[in-house]
Order: sequence, then structure tokens, then C-alpha cells
Amino acid sequence: MANRELSLHSRRKLVSSVMTTITAACAVLAIAVLLIILSYIAIRGLSSINLQFLVDTPKPVGEGGGIGNAIVGSVLMTLLACVIGLPIGIGAGVYLAEFGENLFGKTVRFLADTLIGVPSIIIGIFIYTLIVLPMGRQSGLAGGLALAIIMIPIVARTTEEMIRLVPNSMREGALALGAPQWRVTWNIVLPAASTGIATGAMLAIARISGETAPLLFTALNSRFYNYFYDQPMASLTVQIYNYATGPFDVEHKMAWAATLILITLILAINILVRFLTRRRF
Amino acid sequence: MAQTGTIGDKVFRTILVIAAAIILVIVVTIIFMMVWNALPTIRNFGLGFLTGREWIPADNIFGALPFIYGTVVSSLIALVISVPISVGIAVFLVEQAPKKISTPIGFMVELLAAIPSVVYGLWGIFVLAPFVRDYLGVFLEKYFGWLPLFQGRLTGIGMLTGGIILALMITPIITAVVRDILEVVPTQQREAALALGATKWETTQIVLGNAASGIAGAVILGLGRALGETMAITMVIGNSPQISASLFEPAYTIASVLAANFADATDEIYLSALIEMGLVLFLVTFVVNAFAKLLVMRVGSNIKHA
Repeated sequence: MANRELSLHSRRKLVSSVMTTITAACAVLAIAVLLIILSYIAIRGLSSINLQFLVDTPKPVGEGGGIGNAIVGSVLMTLLACVIGLPIGIGAGVYLAEFGENLFGKTVRFLADTLIGVPSIIIGIFIYTLIVLPMGRQSGLAGGLALAIIMIPIVARTTEEMIRLVPNSMREGALALGAPQWRVTWNIVLPAASTGIATGAMLAIARISGETAPLLFTALNSRFYNYFYDQPMASLTVQIYNYATGPFDVEHKMAWAATLILITLILAINILVRFLTRRRF
Repeated sequence: MAQTGTIGDKVFRTILVIAAAIILVIVVTIIFMMVWNALPTIRNFGLGFLTGREWIPADNIFGALPFIYGTVVSSLIALVISVPISVGIAVFLVEQAPKKISTPIGFMVELLAAIPSVVYGLWGIFVLAPFVRDYLGVFLEKYFGWLPLFQGRLTGIGMLTGGIILALMITPIITAVVRDILEVVPTQQREAALALGATKWETTQIVLGNAASGIAGAVILGLGRALGETMAITMVIGNSPQISASLFEPAYTIASVLAANFADATDEIYLSALIEMGLVLFLVTFVVNAFAKLLVMRVGSNIKHA
């Protein structure tokens, strides 16, 4: 009797430790995939990167070429997206956090969440019908706007969450001293939440700098340096796509090198954000 | 003084309302523009558009079924692979690993979500596809070749590779949501189970049972992401509009036909057909995401009130 109980007990313990091992294995698998992807990028990227590659424009196969204009295009479009997307996103986030408990606020919150879930290629189609068709050509403006639309709901929701973290006693203190509502929000709440809002904005920038689908037919691509928003614009991600799907080995090498640049930027932002948020509140 | 305060309040609040309203305007305009531009094909082909199996733009024959099939099947493959692994990771991070380990591991899993789609695609073409062709596919053909799923020519580019890439991409997303849900399950439930003599795994089973509807929400959220994923799958699925039982064969998804053809679609009816497919994708992901959000929200409030 005691023996059977013991064996049942040890079987249960065995099952428990087997399951623990399996779940640990799942975690190990995910990390292994991450490390494998990153090491491929590091090894293949480093072997084909050089200074000339960073400043050159794409050239016919066999004559070298680089991603200089693509880097400029990505920076310009991301900049435009930030100029449009950050104020709107932060403004909407402040509204949702401070006044957003009515029907309008709840509707906007729901729509922002669904907009975050909309596939980014749909945003590309939307901007194509809204901007590219009337203008008659693809442009950096269209690309930047598409990125801004992706950015706005993300920034709005993170801003809202960060502002909600600010303790109510701070608002009450300021109001009790006779400050009007807008002064309380502008001079007390926003500064208190500024680190959180900034990290949210940085994550949104990291996200849009990796976007390809919404740029494919809005900004299209360009073989030249272009600083004007009314012309088609190259981007790092579209250039990676073109090089990766091209038939030649030299193109594939350039795809890996360009990816190394992109992934370094994105990982740097993510790790910096991690570092910043660790010391908050 | 009080006067300037109220004027300032009005101005400030108006600015914020405008910012919030822009989100509403964007969503409404997206729906309007897509429906408007899809009207020519909706009028011309009606429901036949969704059930047609032929896709020959040059002859104005537009049947979206192969793309719908490819989208659904590749996403299902992704879920089959990703769901058990994601739940496993979340259980490990919340229920089993000490905080010292779970924090860095959790961060690394999150980093998987930060990798851009086009980078997954690049890696998929040059690393994953050859692996599927030379090892995984050969293995499946040898031991499961009696299933029609694993027959046919094995190039590494096709439905299977597409599904695996999607699985990698949605794993961090499902993991994150399941983690959040497990964390709101009250500690007392675990303590009660442990006090009654349950093992760690038995306790976990109870916790998982209580979080079931939230986990379902996380899975549906992952599904929504997989359905709309574009670049990576465009690069590895083969882009061929066919319906084949074999997972080795190339296929096509709605998102990838848009990515691959939209820039070349100069013909009005062709463009309209592509936009209608975009509309279908938009509506499906909209409904799927809303449903998922509902499930996740409900489990949050249910557990707190219990």
C-alpha cells in the first residue's frame, strides 16, 4: 500500500519535472532561433560591408553599388512620420488618459487598437488610393504618411498607459493650488510621464524603420540620392527586399549587409528602451 | 485669472480632441477609400470573386480563392507550430523560472518581435528554405510521405516554409499575451493547489484552466497577425496561385499578392480586384482582432472579480 502510494507520488513528480523540462526547452528553442538569425546577419553582413557600400547608390550588377540613398530615404521618411505622427499620437494619448472615459474616448481607444492590428500593407493600399493616385506618382510624402499612420495608434496607446502611471495625488495637488486643468496636464503630468512617452516613441520609430510593405507602392524606390518629398524615394527595407529577391549572389550579399545596418539600429533602440524603463517609478 | 484658466482649458482640450478624432477619421477613411476603389470588381464579379479558382489578370479573370486558401492554410500551420511553444515559453517564464532567469529570457523572446518582417524573409530564403529542402522536408517525406500533405516536389520554397516563418514571427506575440494573462491569475490559486499537495505541473494545469479563454484570445490575436503578415511570407511561399494538398508546393496569400503585384497594376479593373482583396483582408483581421481583444479583456476582469 505504502509502496503503491510512493510509486504514484514519484510518477506525479516525474511528470512534473518532464513538463518543466519541456517548457524550458520551448524557451531555449525561441532563444536559439533569435541567436541563429542574429549570427547569420552578423557573419554574412560583416563579410560584405564597407564604407563605400554605405555611401554608394545602387549600380548595375558587377559594378558594386550601395545603400547610401536608401539610408537617406529611410531617414527622411521616418522624420516626416515623426513630425506628423508624434504630436497626433501623443495628443490622442493624453486625451484618452485624461478625458477618455466617455463614449468618444472608448470608441477612439477601440479604433486605435484595431488600427494597430491592421496589416501594414493595407495602410500602403490606403495611402496609394488617397495620395499616389491623385498625385499621379509615388513619393517620399506618401511613404512618410503611411509610416505616420502606422505610428499614431502605437504612440497614442503607449502615451495613454504612461500617463495613467502618474499618481493622481500629483494632479490633485496642482489643482488644489489653483492651477487650471491644462496647466496641470502640461506642466505636471506630461513632464512626469516624459521618459515613458519618449521610450514609447522610440519603440514606434524602431517599428516603422523596419516596415517594408507600406512603402512598396507608396514611396516605391529610387536609384539616386533624392532629398525631395514629391519624388519616389528609396528606403533601406525596400532595398533589402529587392536585393534579397534578386537573382545574383552580389545582390544577396548586399541584402545581408544592409540588414546588418537595419538590425543594429533596431536592436540598439530596443536595448536602450529596456535600460531606460528599468529605472522608472 | 480664473477666466484665462477656462479659455486655456477649452483650447487645450480642443487640440487633444482633434488629435484623438484624427484616429477615428483615419479608420473611417480607410474603410471608405477601400470600399470605393473596390466597387468596380464588387459590381462586376459579386460573390464569384471570392469563390473563383482562376486568377488570370490579363484576361480579366479574377478568382480570389487560391489566395484565401493560401492565407488560411499558412496561418493554420503557423498556429499549430507556434501555440504549444508559445504557451510553453509563457508557462516557463511565469510559473517555473526564477525571476533572475525569466527577465532576460523574456526580453530575448520579445526581441524576436522586433526583427522586421523583411529580415525574416531574407533569412527564410537563404537559411530556412534550404533547411526545409535538405532536412525537414526529406524527413517528413520519409516518415509521413503516406499523407498527401507531404508529397510532391520539394524545393524548400512553399506553403510549409511560409507557415514556419509565420510561426516564428507570431510566437513572441502569443507568448507576451499569455504571459500577461498568467500573471493576473491570483497567487492564492497556486498556493491553494500546492498546499493540497499538487505538484508544480498539476498547479500549472489549474492555472492554465482558469486562463483558458484568455489564452484562446492570445491565439486568435496571433492568427490575426499571421493572416496579415506580408513581406516574409511573400519571400518564401513561392507566389503561385494554386490550391494543392501538398505543403511542399508553392502557394500565394492575399497579402503577398498585394505586395508582389500592386505596383504593376495599371489596369483599373486589375487594381480594383487587388483592392477588393485588401478589403477582404482588412475586414477579416478587423473582426479577428476585435474578437481576440474581447476574450483577453474578459479573462482579465473575470479573474479579478472571482
